[in-house]
Amino acid sequence: MIYREAGQFKTSYGTDQAMLPIAQDRWVVGAAVAVMLLVVPFISNEYMLQAVLIPFLILSLAAIGLNLLTGYAGQLSLGTAAFMAVGGYMAYKFTTMFPGLNLLVVFLFSGVCAAAVGLVFGIPSLRIKGFYLAVATLAAQFFLNWTFNKVPWFYNYNPSGTITMPPRELFGVMAGGPAATAETRYLIALVVVVVLTVVAKNLVRGRIGRSWMAIRDMDIAAEIIGFQPYQTKLLAFAISSFYCGVAGAMYFCLYLGSAESEAYSIDLSFEVLFMVIIGGLGSLLGSFLGAAFIVLLPIFLTNAPQLVGLTLPIDVQKHIELMVFGGLIVWFLIVEPRGLARLWQIAKEKLRRWPFPY
Amino acid sequence: MELLTAIFFTPFVEMWEFPAFFAEVVINGLLTGVMYSLVALGFVLIFKASEIFNFAQGVMVLFAALSLVGLMELGVPTWLAVILALGIMVVLALVIERVMLRPLVNQDPFILFMSTIGLTFFLEGFGETLWGSNVKRLDIGIPKDVIEYQGVLLNEFDIIAAVVGAILVIGLAIFFTKTPIGRALRAVADDHQAALSVGIPLKTIWVIVWSVSGGVALVAGIMWGAKSGVQFSLSLIALKALPVLILGGLTSISGAIVGGLIIGVGEKVAEIYWGPLIGGAIENWFAYILAMVFLLFRPQGLFGERIIERV
Repeated sequence: MIYREAGQFKTSYGTDQAMLPIAQDRWVVGAAVAVMLLVVPFISNEYMLQAVLIPFLILSLAAIGLNLLTGYAGQLSLGTAAFMAVGGYMAYKFTTMFPGLNLLVVFLFSGVCAAAVGLVFGIPSLRIKGFYLAVATLAAQFFLNWTFNKVPWFYNYNPSGTITMPPRELFGVMAGGPAATAETRYLIALVVVVVLTVVAKNLVRGRIGRSWMAIRDMDIAAEIIGFQPYQTKLLAFAISSFYCGVAGAMYFCLYLGSAESEAYSIDLSFEVLFMVIIGGLGSLLGSFLGAAFIVLLPIFLTNAPQLVGLTLPIDVQKHIELMVFGGLIVWFLIVEPRGLARLWQIAKEKLRRWPFPY
Repeated sequence: MELLTAIFFTPFVEMWEFPAFFAEVVINGLLTGVMYSLVALGFVLIFKASEIFNFAQGVMVLFAALSLVGLMELGVPTWLAVILALGIMVVLALVIERVMLRPLVNQDPFILFMSTIGLTFFLEGFGETLWGSNVKRLDIGIPKDVIEYQGVLLNEFDIIAAVVGAILVIGLAIFFTKTPIGRALRAVADDHQAALSVGIPLKTIWVIVWSVSGGVALVAGIMWGAKSGVQFSLSLIALKALPVLILGGLTSISGAIVGGLIIGVGEKVAEIYWGPLIGGAIENWFAYILAMVFLLFRPQGLFGERIIERV
């Protein structure tokens, strides 16, 4: 009864093709964004923002990027962290070369650089697919990590090899560097993520998204009915890398503040891949749910033994955390291989009929 | 100009002028390549039989080696420890098949791949909870002396490792072609449904395949562990084996061998002759770039099955 679209008549093509055609969806999404924007910054403490919400937002954006590539265009990639690294390091270069540059423009440019790199590493996708492609994208991961480690230009010849965010202002408020408050950084990340999510939503339900899905479902058939596989795949790589690049730039500027190439290691790639798979392939909502799950799970696992009054040696606890994490992932894939987004879909079906059984 | 000389000229002059050193580099590359092949073999076995890209192969190597060392530390004699470790790997295969693979039958390969990554995390934590996480020495009595043959320095250990690798490969080849189980394995690899319809039990085959690749992991673990100590980084050689795998073709055992040799040699030669030019430590990515460029020209790898696509 709660979630029922009966009675919502569409009287124009505009409303019929709206991004969220059902009123309840609009309310829920609108309320969620409003709460995140207006309530959360005032009720959360520093720890909550810094350890949970900021990484959640940034990694959701990376997950959306990967989801566009893997979930919508069907190209498995294990190099997400590398494209994030391009974003992070280019953000550092841009903001140190042009100190007056608006931080949002820095993010944008970093994303564009990442897109260019993604385009290059997407070229193999024209010839190879599936796991061969996945391993080929690992080439990007290792090569770029090595580059950012070995080429001093990228870290401004800093002897320690790390990049550190200098103090930067955005619209007169401290937004980068140690002086920026967690609230400011959170709000910037939130705005960027919301805007880019709206863009992504419109991409995937438009012509481009449809061509991606056609390629994903069967590329030869898609080619025969007139989609250009090369352009489509490369475009998917470029746009996905753009998202990852922006996420990487924010990861460095707003979350870490100071990083070396190890921050963007293959583990981060897998983390984002987990988000996409657990959230649900081919679902933007899933990217958020998956990111929330993967960000919260380790925090929960770390604190769980204390909650039940158990004290373990640190190394044992670390190992058990790993075991539980791996076990949960396998369990989750067995129970619902299509991810959290699918669970939400089932819940919506239930809500539509509630309180009647059918 | 100087750069071009350094890239296209100097290395070859060096190779020509010091042939003994070049031979040493190549032979060492070949021997390392055999070690990569050992890890890649485990991947190929599982991929052939079940089309699962088993990311956990590296951590299985670690787990096998950890179990072996752990048993030896408890005072079990080496030969018994090896047998027991093999037993542990078989039990592990049984458990994986029952708990993880059976519920996931018919799922998308992506999902199976992800579940093996989950398995990687699990086994890593499990192995280290069970046996502790400090670096352990594995000494099973393989000599490590350096011998000299016509001016070429070689490590005895590497040669023994190569011989073991060769024996293992020949053994597997015989197992696959001559025994009834091997025939059944190949039938499953060819076509799951056809194999099922002539009465080959798929579940048993999977357990056998995972056990065999557990055994291969044990051998690889012994070799790598004896070479560089048993520790977490052992599981990272899986990442070294991946380019070998796609270079050779995911479904070909001989591909895994030849791919391993090519990558081993290419990596060493590139590191020594071209590495210093661009800052060194290129071993980490060279294999990947090599494999990637190679795949551009031959998408199914060296010996992979021809990819035929139908609409």
